[in-house]
Amino acid sequence: MIRFENVSKTYGRSSEPALSGITLEVERGEFVFIVGQSGSGKSTLLRLIMCEEAATSGDVLVAGRELSRLPRRKVPALRREIGCVFQDFRLLPNKDVFQNVAFALQVLGKSRQTIRAVVPETLEMVGLSGKERRLPHQLSGGEQQRVAIARAVVNKPPILLADEPTGNLDPTTSLDIVHLLDRINRSGTTIVMATHDNGIVDQLRKRVVELDDGTLVRDQMKGVYTGQR
Amino acid sequence: MRLQFILSEIWVALRRNLSMSISVALVTMVSVLFLGLGVLAQRQVDTMKDYWYDRVQVSIFLCTDKSDLPNCSTGAVTSSQRDQIRTQLDAMKPLVKSVFPESQQQAYDRLKAQYKDSATYSEITPAQMPESFRVQLSDPTKFDVITSAFIGAPGVGDVQDQQRILDPLFNVLRGLSLGALGLAALMVLCSVLLVATTIRQTAFSRRRETGIMRLVGASAFNIQLPFILETLIATVVGTALAIGVLWAMVQYGIGYLGKKLPINFIGTADLVSVTPWLVGAAAGLAMLTAWLTLRRYLRV
Repeated sequence: MIRFENVSKTYGRSSEPALSGITLEVERGEFVFIVGQSGSGKSTLLRLIMCEEAATSGDVLVAGRELSRLPRRKVPALRREIGCVFQDFRLLPNKDVFQNVAFALQVLGKSRQTIRAVVPETLEMVGLSGKERRLPHQLSGGEQQRVAIARAVVNKPPILLADEPTGNLDPTTSLDIVHLLDRINRSGTTIVMATHDNGIVDQLRKRVVELDDGTLVRDQMKGVYTGQR
Repeated sequence: MRLQFILSEIWVALRRNLSMSISVALVTMVSVLFLGLGVLAQRQVDTMKDYWYDRVQVSIFLCTDKSDLPNCSTGAVTSSQRDQIRTQLDAMKPLVKSVFPESQQQAYDRLKAQYKDSATYSEITPAQMPESFRVQLSDPTKFDVITSAFIGAPGVGDVQDQQRILDPLFNVLRGLSLGALGLAALMVLCSVLLVATTIRQTAFSRRRETGIMRLVGASAFNIQLPFILETLIATVVGTALAIGVLWAMVQYGIGYLGKKLPINFIGTADLVSVTPWLVGAAAGLAMLTAWLTLRRYLRV
């Protein structure tokens, strides 16, 4: 589903690469934790998958597309196959829960009928039924992240990228969110999640890819946060 | 994106950005107003030229007994000289459209009719008035041909072209219209800069929305469209206001002058004919500015 072939990324005139010689393959339906210290290259790796950045060298393949050869006009079609969740939720403060989720479908030109059918279904799946008319500031952090997840998956993308989705949440809520992501993964969605949270990585025992200073130092099935290298 | 969604997003954005939208509309209004004034003034000059050039004549004044002009030292024009001038004018057709010979008595009668209440001309007698040929040209700009053919000819005292009297007036009017167009160019520049700044600010204030649109896979066109339409709406409102003001000026201002002065003025039909150009220019420029600014400042 996602393949990195000897990928390096250097920002601007920086002499230190953010990623260096990364080779990695994520299969369809996998759940992968990307771990590592701040500045290790976790977010850069996700940005390369989203086509937010271009690799300096090497090839990135996502959903059968070679990103270095993907014309700019075809990038939106790629992004429709990727859902994204962030640490800061990125909700629209003037729109309620329903509107925030519906926005992702409206900008893609989905019909009102489809939106009315799909949005409540998705909100129910993330556990937000009955809170459709609440504004983001009327929700807890965990609930806001659930809205963000609902928005990311409402279009049923085959890939979900999560960049530190529990970074602003307490441990209990973090675990709830990761269990929700796990449920989404069980329905067939490939999930790549960058995190610092050793508790949830250790509890879920999924594949763990560790980065250190831009290089891949560990790729472990059913791994834990700090493993044997 | 669905039209209803786009319109509702634009409505919310216009309300949120009301002061900036109003400023774009007002600056556009002033720009289009000056542009319209310049274009209409140009049309007024052309209308007046057409009107007056159809009426202007070249006058070939013949010598009288009392002429003190240098070419009249031999005395009054003789009948053979008069016939010679007439033959020469007839030979200059089609440039010479028509020739009206005016006798001394006719010239005297016309003067009296024009200045019947004036004491200045009460002492004048028909013998003091010069006999003339009043020549109308098919192309009034070629009066030089007549002047060079007859100035200094035997029996000709002077050749006067009425266009020379009108040209300074037309030049002043043309200067005014060019001035209005120059101001319009300056205002258009202000308007372009304001639109660019407004879009830049709006793009910044809506970076969260556009960021989400980008992430969920909206195309560049769909992300840029609401910004372009908002600019277009503000520009069209400004242009409509400017055309309303121009219409009031033409209908009431020029309409009033038309009743007072014996001059052929432009009318609302002229405004109607330039309106599509004004709307097209304003809308086209606004959309181009919006598109270029978005390319620069909106990440898609």
